[in-house]
Amino acid sequence: MTIATIDGAPTAVPAGLARGRGGGGPASKRVVVAYGFWIFILSDMVMFSALFAAYAVLRGNTAGGPTGAELFDLRNVFIETMCLLLSSYTCGLSALSAERRHPGRFFIFAVLTFVLGAAFLLIEVSEFARMVAKGAGPSRSGFLSAFFTLVGTHGVHVASGLIALVYLAAQVIAKGLPAVVLRRLLCWSLFWHALDIVWVGVFTLVYLMGAP
Amino acid sequence: MLGRLSWAAIPFNEPLPLLSGAVVGIVILAALATVTIKGWWPYLWREWLTSVDHKRIGIMYVVLGLVMLLRGFSDAIMMRTQQALAIGSAQGYLPPEHYDQVFSAHGTIMIFFVAMPLVIGLMNFAVPLQLGVRDVAFPVLNSVSFWLTATGALLINASLVIGNFARTGWMGYPPLSELAFSPDVGVDYYLWSLQISGIGTLLTGVNFVTTILKLRAPGMTYFRMPVFCWTALAASLLIVAAFPVLTATFVMLLLDRYLGMHFFTNDAGGNQMMYVNLFWAWGHPEVYILILPAFGVFSEVVATFSGKGLFSYRSMVWATLGICILSFMVWLHHFFTMGAGADVNAFFGIMSSIIAVPTGVKVFNWLFTMFRGRIVFRTPMLFAVGFIVTFVIGGLTGVLLAVPPVDFVVHNSAFLVAHFHNVIIGGVVFGALAGINYWFPKAFGFTLDERLGKASFWCWLIGFYLAFMPLYQLGLMGMTRRLQHIPDPSWQPLLLVAEAGAIVIFCGILCQIAQLYVSIRTRERRLDLSGDPWDGRTLEWSTSSPPPAYNFAVLPRVETIDAFWHMKRIGRAPAEPAYEAIEVPRNSPAGFVTAFFATVMGFSLIWQIWWLAILGLLAAAAVVLTAGWSIEREHEISAAELAQMERAR
Amino acid sequence: MSDRLFEDRTPGVEEHEPTASYLSYTVGLALAILATIVSFVVSQTSLLWPPGIPVGLIVLAFAQIGVHLVFFLHLGSGADSTNNILALAFGMLIVFLVITGSVWIIANLNSNMMPMS
Repeated sequence: MTIATIDGAPTAVPAGLARGRGGGGPASKRVVVAYGFWIFILSDMVMFSALFAAYAVLRGNTAGGPTGAELFDLRNVFIETMCLLLSSYTCGLSALSAERRHPGRFFIFAVLTFVLGAAFLLIEVSEFARMVAKGAGPSRSGFLSAFFTLVGTHGVHVASGLIALVYLAAQVIAKGLPAVVLRRLLCWSLFWHALDIVWVGVFTLVYLMGAP
Repeated sequence: MLGRLSWAAIPFNEPLPLLSGAVVGIVILAALATVTIKGWWPYLWREWLTSVDHKRIGIMYVVLGLVMLLRGFSDAIMMRTQQALAIGSAQGYLPPEHYDQVFSAHGTIMIFFVAMPLVIGLMNFAVPLQLGVRDVAFPVLNSVSFWLTATGALLINASLVIGNFARTGWMGYPPLSELAFSPDVGVDYYLWSLQISGIGTLLTGVNFVTTILKLRAPGMTYFRMPVFCWTALAASLLIVAAFPVLTATFVMLLLDRYLGMHFFTNDAGGNQMMYVNLFWAWGHPEVYILILPAFGVFSEVVATFSGKGLFSYRSMVWATLGICILSFMVWLHHFFTMGAGADVNAFFGIMSSIIAVPTGVKVFNWLFTMFRGRIVFRTPMLFAVGFIVTFVIGGLTGVLLAVPPVDFVVHNSAFLVAHFHNVIIGGVVFGALAGINYWFPKAFGFTLDERLGKASFWCWLIGFYLAFMPLYQLGLMGMTRRLQHIPDPSWQPLLLVAEAGAIVIFCGILCQIAQLYVSIRTRERRLDLSGDPWDGRTLEWSTSSPPPAYNFAVLPRVETIDAFWHMKRIGRAPAEPAYEAIEVPRNSPAGFVTAFFATVMGFSLIWQIWWLAILGLLAAAAVVLTAGWSIEREHEISAAELAQMERAR
Repeated sequence: MSDRLFEDRTPGVEEHEPTASYLSYTVGLALAILATIVSFVVSQTSLLWPPGIPVGLIVLAFAQIGVHLVFFLHLGSGADSTNNILALAFGMLIVFLVITGSVWIIANLNSNMMPMS
């Protein structure tokens, strides 16, 4: 009941029908899985856009409490940004290594990706803790609710990504790199790159535009 | 230990919910007992609960929708009766704090647990068959989607007997839905049940976009797809685009309620209108998610029962895509009166009027399809004709409402209530009933009883007009929506007509139940042996009724629009085709078990039983991780086995 | 393999993309680091005419997102990538409508609110 191979000779369907106009029959599993995950990522982007919209609308509602300019530490934000960007790079290299069936190299880059992602999270959590300790927690004002939710949701996605990375690395250890595991790694790296794209939006719109 | 849950949650001192809860409980227990005594559990588990077959899942969705229709309709008739009785000095039988829950539950259930499951169920059943493929792109995910939707339905029904439901209306506007004004579990039931089923719906959207764009029979280019698949694609794109907004909005309200944040509170910088804005940014695309597949059903039905191809296929496709895009540019018309200036109102008013144009194109296409056709008035076609008349009326009142100055007079009045029921019943419900009657023989191998089908149609049609036309008038006379008590006695005659209409609709529902019962009892007389009872045009009619689990032993080669009609005209190859081995996905308990733990988690979050919520979440995650560990997702049917199965049919 | 005849491309799919190499990832990284540093500099100094800083930041953000899409996600412009580009365009349209629509609407509503006492 799933995607079967195309029955019969491929030349039965004219080449002109195949590309773009979609007459080539069911696509391969890899294309189907990657496209489906791409659509899911786009839906996640829409969810972030609603959180961005809420932030944009509430950024001025500080209710007499602290503003972004008073709270944001741009040095830490820069370090976080670099960590996440580098982790995107190592993620890409790990994907390449997996595709070329080099499990050793895959693990090296996967570990690097994990460490960089964890560093990002560590800095972010400590920033949050610092703000809460100053009385600037999410329940202080509408602005802070929107800030913590937008940036925090991104952080939760990063944390889930790290857990998933450990899980998938375990799968590679247990099962090697058959096609189905490669597909899952492909989805994971799509996810990780998308998170870095969201972070570009976050550091630009929240931190750089909110700081003095 | 048990959070906020205590014996006080059960309404021992409120006879109505207690009684209805008891009835529902007895029915459920009786059903479970019957299944156990007859030893049907292994069959149910193997063939339905763990099935990842799109046809089975589609049927389960439709069953869920029809069962929840009974619950939603009971709410409706309770409201109609209250409004017919509580006039002047009479107080009726439903106190306000219950009436508010009834109208909130009615709207929530009808939209999320009747209309959505019916539409998604039809999409599930028909789309892969029409595309000439074996299943959707992600069958296990499909099962997860269904069971998460069922979880949401279960949670909402639990609110009937354990605690209470929201009193905010089905939209849940703050500040009423915030902790300060709704400190009880009602809004939490609403939020968690919809969040959980919302995940299921989003996954369905992803599944169908991928299926329709990446999995079609060889030769089926985009402009050879059946129109139902185009509308399913548009609806799925809208699901992917809109549901995340609802998810985010509910997350924000949940954060306000659970962690004391200030997105929408009255104090500390909250902005209530942001909720309204985001809710309707989802809400308007939602109604198009509901109506577009119904339009698709009608396109199939009108063409089939007129014996003609659909008039102007291309303009139908472009109109569908146009509606899809435009539906994201009109949402402010749901809150014209809530403080926007003339420029904003004018923009959205004009866009709302424009979106009527592609729908008009579709109506003309259906009419031109019927013109000079050989029309056969079977039940689906009756619903189609009823739809065209009724939906156009509803659409016209919609265009009226799209004009901001008019809306200022009738916003949130009975006029509005009449309009949206007009388009939803005339459009979505009629479409679902037409689709069910149309595809039933394909699903089960015998047609439904035609006389009872027609009777149910007439009851629904007449009942609808009796129940809702008075509401237009009442709205213009000044009656607002959601009234528990009627202040003006001059409204009573019209409200009595409306009550009569509700009773006629009830007769329609009874006819449908009778239709099912009688059809099953006398099915031998109406067996569909050819697989093509209506002389259909699209590929699903080329399979047997019901189709084998793998749909097509050999994927069909498509050369034109209305592929099956073309195949019939040129004559199909009588010789046995060359079989090749095919892969068929294995059943999976992942959907059912994940949803079970999601129910536990949802219930615990509502009642703030934190330890149980965490356990539920961890268990659900464990199920997902376990299912994601497996490599062997399919099993193969060899060419020889396939040939054997095909010869036996 | 004859698969190639019927393959649509997909973002991230590594098999046949010319950008799927160590070099291209490294180039992408370098460009992204550049864009990031410039963003921080632009926002913290008056290198750019101050009223134009928000626009500049947005342009840099789009540029960096583009780098990610091309170099990390291998989103090409070939005929095979049409579905992916269309999906991306659709997603971007929705994101744009939700954010700008909400900002416009709420600003309009806020301006009609009575001043807080």
